Amino acid sequence: MSLSKPVMRRERHAPRDTTGSPPTPTDGMIEITGVSHRFGDREVLKTLSLTLRERRVAVVGSNGSGKSTFARLLNGLQVPTEGRVLVDGLDTRTEGRAVRRHVGFVFQNPDNQIVYPIVEEDLAFGLKNLGLDKREIAARIDAVLTRYGLENQRQQPSHTLSGGEKQLLAISGVLVMAPRYVVLDEPTTLLDLRNKRRVAEAIRGLDQTAIVVTHDLDLVKDFDRVLVFDDGRVVIDDAPSRALARYVDAMG
Amino acid sequence: MRLGLYLAGDSLFHRMSPGPKLATVAVAGTVLFFLDDWRALAASLGVVLLLYAIARVPWPVAVAQIRPTLWVLGLLFVMLALIEGPLAGVVMVLRFAALILLAALVTLTTRVSDMTDAIEAGLRPFARLGLNPAVVSLAISMAIRFIPLIAEITREVRDAQRARGLGRSVLAVAVPVIVRTIKLADDVADAMDARSYDPTPRSRRDHAAVAAADRDTGNRAR
Repeated sequence: MSLSKPVMRRERHAPRDTTGSPPTPTDGMIEITGVSHRFGDREVLKTLSLTLRERRVAVVGSNGSGKSTFARLLNGLQVPTEGRVLVDGLDTRTEGRAVRRHVGFVFQNPDNQIVYPIVEEDLAFGLKNLGLDKREIAARIDAVLTRYGLENQRQQPSHTLSGGEKQLLAISGVLVMAPRYVVLDEPTTLLDLRNKRRVAEAIRGLDQTAIVVTHDLDLVKDFDRVLVFDDGRVVIDDAPSRALARYVDAMG
Repeated sequence: MRLGLYLAGDSLFHRMSPGPKLATVAVAGTVLFFLDDWRALAASLGVVLLLYAIARVPWPVAVAQIRPTLWVLGLLFVMLALIEGPLAGVVMVLRFAALILLAALVTLTTRVSDMTDAIEAGLRPFARLGLNPAVVSLAISMAIRFIPLIAEITREVRDAQRARGLGRSVLAVAVPVIVRTIKLADDVADAMDARSYDPTPRSRRDHAAVAAADRDTGNRAR
């Protein structure tokens, strides 16, 4: 396992714990090295090591298999009990804030992530956090509303949107911030068929690298890579054609 | 549910900046409490209604602003009429009606974000006393955002209990609603974190350092 590699010490900014190889400039990848995660006594992830470079990665598995925890590790919302997660060389443990600027996160329930009462105000929330000026904020909001066909909802109270529109707003709220990765945690679970298609279309069209946690196997059948989680481990790691078939078989 | 929220429009009031509007409500509110001639108060109410016309707020929306308070106003009228006579009741009802409608007009013609920006600016002098104006304005916005959502949670809980044959019980509804609301707060905090929310006052935030870190890793706006 890669943790046993010789340790090279390099102190670039402040002295910091660099157990492992130094961060190397990369063409975009997330490196998960020797990651375990425990909630109390329960071990939800068991010594995971993975490198994600594909543009579309699906994470599937039964409830409680560790998928959501895995997703939360990718942008530092959760820091692993052991091991480390590097996003383009940035450690989620020490540079959580920088990591979160590069890794957008869309949660399952859009209601829990829409912060402001009006659609355009909510889109501005993240942009203000980035310290952008008013003109840039307005331009990005225009672009994202047009892209997802929400122009007419611009000044509507966010709670009056339909479920699909709310999810598109949640995705838009993340995309306006121009992250390089987007992690989506069960983005279609609460949606009806029509809205599911709308959101699937939006995911397909993302310029970003997307990591999608889902039970919706249809959504990910044209992805580049599928990880199947079971009991805190990745048990299948393959192209969708093979991985999904094996997963369905295993479920009986 | 339309909770005195912004009504898009392009009237004089929509274009007015929120600071003066809020100041007007504060001054008018004070003046209204010194007026106790019913004719003057009726005229004030008339002026407020005229302002609604100028702001081109549809009448049903205007009526909806005052309707939830009608029973309180009715109760007040009855109490004052019994204690001090009907005229005192009329004075009080006119006063409150004018004030409530005026305040509602401000919320109807001002975007929440503009309003909170104004409040933030107004609170800035207190920053030295340790108050973070940005947090106050965010809290106001979020309160407005989450009122309908918590109302929905309450409705769901009540429906679920009714479906299982439970009658009216405040406690039985309150406990699950509070639990779900706390869970909601947790999720929202995560979502805000994920969208780079930084609670330190804007003036003290080091955007230059963040921008430098971005250059390091090559993050550019698309």
